[in-house]
Amino acid sequence: MSLVIQGGHLIDPANRVNGEKNLYIDDNGFVVGVGKSPPGFKARITVKAQGKIVCPGLVDLRARLREPGLEYKATIESEVHAAVAAGITTLCCPPDTLPVIDTPAMAQMLQSRAWRFGLAFIHPLGALTQRLEGKLLADMEALDEAGCVGFTNALSPVTDTLVMRRALEYAATLDLTVFLHAEDPWLRNGGCVHEGEIGTRLGLPGIPEAAETVGVARDLALIEQTGCRAHFCGLSSARAAAMVAAAQKKGLPVSADTTAHHLHLTEHDIGDFNTLCHVRPPLRGRHDREGLRKALANGIISAICSDHQPHEPDAKLAPFARSEPGISALETLLPLTLRLVDEKLLTLEEAIARLTHQPAQIIGVETGHLGLGATADICIFDPEARWTLIEDRLVSRGHNTPFLGQTFHGQVTHTLVGGKLVYESPPA
Amino acid sequence: MNQGLQFDDTGRLRHLLTIEGLSRQTILEILDTAESFISVGQREIKKIPLLRGKTVVNLFFEFSTRTRTTFEIAAKRLSADVINLSVGTSSTAKGETLLDTIRNLEAMHTDLFVVRHGESGAAHMIARHVPPHVRIINAGDGRHAHPTQGLLDMFTIRRHKGDFGKLKVAIVGDILHSRVARSQIHALKALGVDELRVVAPKTLLPTAVEKLGVIPCSRMEDGLDGVDVVMMLRLQRERMQGAHIPSEHEYFNLFGLTPVKLALAAKDAIVLHPGPMNRGLEIDSAVADGPQSVILPQVTYGIAVRMAVMALIMGGSPGRREETHPVAASRARAVVTTRKRK
Repeated sequence: MSLVIQGGHLIDPANRVNGEKNLYIDDNGFVVGVGKSPPGFKARITVKAQGKIVCPGLVDLRARLREPGLEYKATIESEVHAAVAAGITTLCCPPDTLPVIDTPAMAQMLQSRAWRFGLAFIHPLGALTQRLEGKLLADMEALDEAGCVGFTNALSPVTDTLVMRRALEYAATLDLTVFLHAEDPWLRNGGCVHEGEIGTRLGLPGIPEAAETVGVARDLALIEQTGCRAHFCGLSSARAAAMVAAAQKKGLPVSADTTAHHLHLTEHDIGDFNTLCHVRPPLRGRHDREGLRKALANGIISAICSDHQPHEPDAKLAPFARSEPGISALETLLPLTLRLVDEKLLTLEEAIARLTHQPAQIIGVETGHLGLGATADICIFDPEARWTLIEDRLVSRGHNTPFLGQTFHGQVTHTLVGGKLVYESPPA
Repeated sequence: MNQGLQFDDTGRLRHLLTIEGLSRQTILEILDTAESFISVGQREIKKIPLLRGKTVVNLFFEFSTRTRTTFEIAAKRLSADVINLSVGTSSTAKGETLLDTIRNLEAMHTDLFVVRHGESGAAHMIARHVPPHVRIINAGDGRHAHPTQGLLDMFTIRRHKGDFGKLKVAIVGDILHSRVARSQIHALKALGVDELRVVAPKTLLPTAVEKLGVIPCSRMEDGLDGVDVVMMLRLQRERMQGAHIPSEHEYFNLFGLTPVKLALAAKDAIVLHPGPMNRGLEIDSAVADGPQSVILPQVTYGIAVRMAVMALIMGGSPGRREETHPVAASRARAVVTTRKRK
């Protein structure tokens, strides 16, 4: 269905576009005109975007959809609806589903389930080791063929350093990207909050900063030796960000992301055992949040992800350490990132780049930009609209977010996937 | 920060979850009320009808003898009906959630839960989810808080040393894992002690402990020098397993309270211990049974302090007592010896 997005302010960081431009999309869902209409183009649908920002659909490097295995928390169907309502058109799904994504069949099943709904694209991350046990390598080539965009052991540590070395070597052989959650499991030692002021006050077992820095140091040494391309997921400390910065300066092929909540919250937000702030890696001190923000502004951290983890209410109704970690975060990804623009940390163009083009580059997927010929995955939002996050308006099945009741700037009005309008905000 | 949960809309103490956030005035109120209850235990008939008809459930998810017994005695002296439940071995083992256990007991019209649980924050979570007429007293949650222990320690210190403003206090032992230490720290800071030190090897001191307003020391010589009060903590014998200390022998040598080490403190210093003691590990028998020890009186005071807390949260209003107030009224009857305070 040919379509024109009219009168919007187009921001496409990959192509250095930042200005008022119409966008023309053909019947097959590709961008065929930027700014000027291709000859003979006839739009059957016109989307009026005056006063709105038109940008590539967001690319989220880490979202757990809970299917298969934990469908009582959420399903692919429920979460892809939430994704497009939040302007997210591409999602990466970690392999720690039940069963684990360590076979091509699992990888294909996930993609075909998502495709059935025709909403957001799902790109699975394949298991680095079989059943994520950290012992035997997974069939990376077959998983790559089946559509996995990267390989990771998710939150299960590969404790055997030799296995980690082999995994990186093997991934390097096939030119694959490994996604690392760097954490020393012995130093984590069952902790559930940052080892610092709040953990001490509340008597909660802490995860020291060194759990992350020791993990990053080990992995960087192996990356340097193997030459494997690696991506550090969800950095939480200023020191770890500085270590990644030094590695990048040295020329190592490493990138990094952090989550939107680590850029806004600290251990202090846990207050009196607020289990909604129980996340892994933990929220750290103010100094760490500032360090992460600085690394984001400098481009050392090149992507912001949601690390979406929807839960049923009971998962958070337990004493803090027994509650399940994670935030339902798809629907706050864009608004929290726009808050960084309000706070003058990033320009709007940089903010959009960290949510679109840059994460797309990390997974090597041809999306996240709106040049001629690109697939028309598009997010349109009203940057001035103010709205308050209330439970009733969450589309995700998971309502576990510490941002309930907060007011945000910027609201998604339309989402297009493959040139098809898949979401339109309800009239105010 | 805790005000929201522990106090009702009018600022009355509704639950006792932690000492953090209690004002000096509120703490003194509890101690004063406890003074008035001391005499109850000395009478022929050790009962007053303050909580007659009320149901108190001692809900212990962790094993305890002393704390549970003193809560039980306290509730009975106030004429409440008391039920003891050790849940660790029953319903939670069958997969029932903590909240389901509470809801079931609530359906039996309980007025007050005294809760001990192995997880920090358990009492907070329960308090958040009970209806407004149900009261919660935290009898120890994980490493977080043990407020009635902290209060009875304050009661003990006040009885034996008087004015908090002039005191130097040292808390010695496993600060890292101790809910008692955290409650003592908040209480002593609220009461404005002159100096508060925590003494332990670095492996047993929590990160950023100085943010609680204490001076960390890792040598007994520095920690005990000139203090008026030495508060010993119990050391779990299994701490060797986590590589926190090398051996009981070495721990006793370095941090065990012996007469020689106690001599570093002020001549008239007192020694407290929350019990149960490990003689020969954290404390030498010569100190535990010596003239400076106030360890046994602590237990006696514990009953009065727990009675005071129960009475206040079940019907009292610390800070705005009126003549018709049940506590004040009962006090008018019960008080035999009330120490004059400034």
